[in-house]
Amino acid sequence: MKVPPRRKKNPLAVTRLPLLPPAAPSRGALKLATLAGQGRFALPVCTACGAVSYPARDVCGACLGELAWRDVADGGTVLARTVLRASGDVYFRQRLPVRAGLVGMDAGPRTVAFLHEDAEPGTRVRLTLRLDKADQAVMLALPEGFAGEDALLHAHGCSLRDRRVLVTDARGSLGAAMAARAVAAGAREVFAGEAGTWTSREALGQSSLPEGVLPVPLDLTDERSVREFAAEFGGRVEIVINTAMAPRPGSVTEGDPTRLREAMELEVFGTARLARMLGTALRARGADGDYPACAWVQAVSADALAPSPGYGAHAAAQAAALSLALSLRAELRPIRVTTVFLGPLEDEWHQDVPPPKVAPRAFADAVAAALERGLEEIAVGDVARHLLERWREDPTLAIRETTHTS
Amino acid sequence: MRRAGYDGVVLACPITVPYARHSARPAPWWIGRALDGVLRAAGMQKPQLDGFACSSFTLGTDSAVAITQHLGISPRWLDHVPMGGASGLVALRRAARAVQAGDADAVAVVAGDTNAPDSFRRLVSGFSRFSTDAVYPYGAGGPNLSFALITDAYMRRFGARREDFGRICVAQRANALAYPYALQKKPLGMADYLAARPIADPLVLFDCVMPCAGAEAFLVLREADARAARLRYVHLASAIERHNAFPEDDVQLRGGWAADAHELWAMAGTPADAVDIVETYDDYPVIVMLQFEGLGFCAPGEAPSFLRGKDLTCSGDMPHNTSGGQLSVGQAGAAGGHLGIVEAIRQLTGAALGVQVAKASSAVVSGFGMINYDRGLCSAAAVLTA
Repeated sequence: MKVPPRRKKNPLAVTRLPLLPPAAPSRGALKLATLAGQGRFALPVCTACGAVSYPARDVCGACLGELAWRDVADGGTVLARTVLRASGDVYFRQRLPVRAGLVGMDAGPRTVAFLHEDAEPGTRVRLTLRLDKADQAVMLALPEGFAGEDALLHAHGCSLRDRRVLVTDARGSLGAAMAARAVAAGAREVFAGEAGTWTSREALGQSSLPEGVLPVPLDLTDERSVREFAAEFGGRVEIVINTAMAPRPGSVTEGDPTRLREAMELEVFGTARLARMLGTALRARGADGDYPACAWVQAVSADALAPSPGYGAHAAAQAAALSLALSLRAELRPIRVTTVFLGPLEDEWHQDVPPPKVAPRAFADAVAAALERGLEEIAVGDVARHLLERWREDPTLAIRETTHTS
Repeated sequence: MRRAGYDGVVLACPITVPYARHSARPAPWWIGRALDGVLRAAGMQKPQLDGFACSSFTLGTDSAVAITQHLGISPRWLDHVPMGGASGLVALRRAARAVQAGDADAVAVVAGDTNAPDSFRRLVSGFSRFSTDAVYPYGAGGPNLSFALITDAYMRRFGARREDFGRICVAQRANALAYPYALQKKPLGMADYLAARPIADPLVLFDCVMPCAGAEAFLVLREADARAARLRYVHLASAIERHNAFPEDDVQLRGGWAADAHELWAMAGTPADAVDIVETYDDYPVIVMLQFEGLGFCAPGEAPSFLRGKDLTCSGDMPHNTSGGQLSVGQAGAAGGHLGIVEAIRQLTGAALGVQVAKASSAVVSGFGMINYDRGLCSAAAVLTA
């Protein structure tokens, strides 16, 4: 089905409540969701006989062997389909009819999936795992070779297109690039937060914001500024992209102690402040029409996972900011909270760090792509990707590897 | 090893606690009323009852163990059978062996469930780990979704038409009109069926059972004891059960009966077409077709044409679900897996509450239960003879 066009809201209509789909996932289903949130299509595979399990088992159903999660083939064939026209669940009653089917996976098992309208029994499909509004993984089946936009994908993603987007810090290089990228992606409105508006971009040697970006005063370190922003724009923002981050060198013992305080004020208290003043309004519109409020993107330094030597103070603030974001993931549902891990940025504060470093443009592209798929955790740049990969495998080892290197 | 027969084992005292769409009474009330009914019918006092089997979906954290204290019974043989639509037959098989071997003298097989306005939704939302993980998040359709997919696949594979399913529902409603405890009392015609509200394509309202409260029970004992107590009884001629049959099948187009039916009829010493009454588990008509096929009445995929030539009402040439089945009586949780047995005992002892099938001396009862993920895992059947 085509992505529905954005329509003006009927001011008399009652806003659809931000209900969540039923979810009581097992540990296996949580693992599936975790990997799906990273963009993977992985299932438990038997280490002895290679049989693929779905739904997630704890023991191989073919040979009773041990299982390990592996990426598997995502092709399949539709075996049966239905259109559900009644449901006892309040979330789905808001969304009937629901087209669903049974798909025989090339990998072996069968899966229930939401079906694209052209997916009929016999149709070859490609399955994609997406997180639903309760952050559990669901299978979408689209005809093989299907490309482009679709209502099913739209509903299970957080596309920038036609959405109203806040980029919290357009004075930073990440924010400026993100605002430009949101415009390019067809965002309906892009609010670009600017702190310290007493100095012009020009005076700071920054290029002006692109056409279509609306600069708004927003200083996350200032309670009143955040409150005023929320009062004026809180009812309009649908995607928050929090880029307010100021990575500065400084170790815990020898760095300037005010650096840690400043970083905490901006990145931790500032993020909490914004969440407190914007979160409820965001959630409340989490099911509002075809373009509901849908995402909170938190840029996080990979130092939050394992502190780079010489950046200990900032790493501490980032670890706290990451923890806040993880709490927001549970608190803001159905709003997707996406954490974006960054390696060292290509900016004046990382002069002593050798490449590869992250260009703001690469960050913006990665965020746009992650939102499109509704991902929940990504890494940008080789350094962050490499660290995140090792961290997922063995966090304590990854930390030791990082802190032992200088 | 050749299976021993069920010689000397009989079923008696069929009890139905009249169903209610909704009930404020918790499950133990339904189970207690049913047990009381069995004891009264048997002329027994509680201390004489030494065997008890219980099935229920709405006991919360309780099981048959808790029920013994709740009802004040002290059995020396106890079973809890969480197998839904197969629970009655599975309980019967176990109870039969217990009384045959003397582990118990008489086993009351009881199933009862209550139903509050929201209890069915709560039951299906947490039905099994696989369904909670991998079915319920797709529209929360509960069993409607799973059976819609099976029905869709069956229709495509074998060319069944909606009228074929409708014929089953319509005939059962006719049977139910005479059965006092049926909740669905409005006559149903094929036109009504075809015009019914769609629920999950291709299923419509009349393909789906109505959840309700109710209880069913019967007594399993040795023939000599039944005769001494002057009870009317039926024999257990044979019984089969199978779980997770044919896991390699993409879609469930056959149930476990297909694996074991030959044994069922061999043990009973009679072919399928010799039985007088067929009581199938009818939580959706497509499963009725799988039972006719699996039990050997016709070849796989031929149930639609086979049934087109049959009259399934009590006065017809193939009396089927003679009390109206769950489709018309209602689905009282696990009691639904006992309804066919209770009805068969009544018919074969000449004690039908609805239309008495003439000269009925044998019946096959089959059960099906537990959609754990994409298919019902439990299937069972028994042949009962007068």
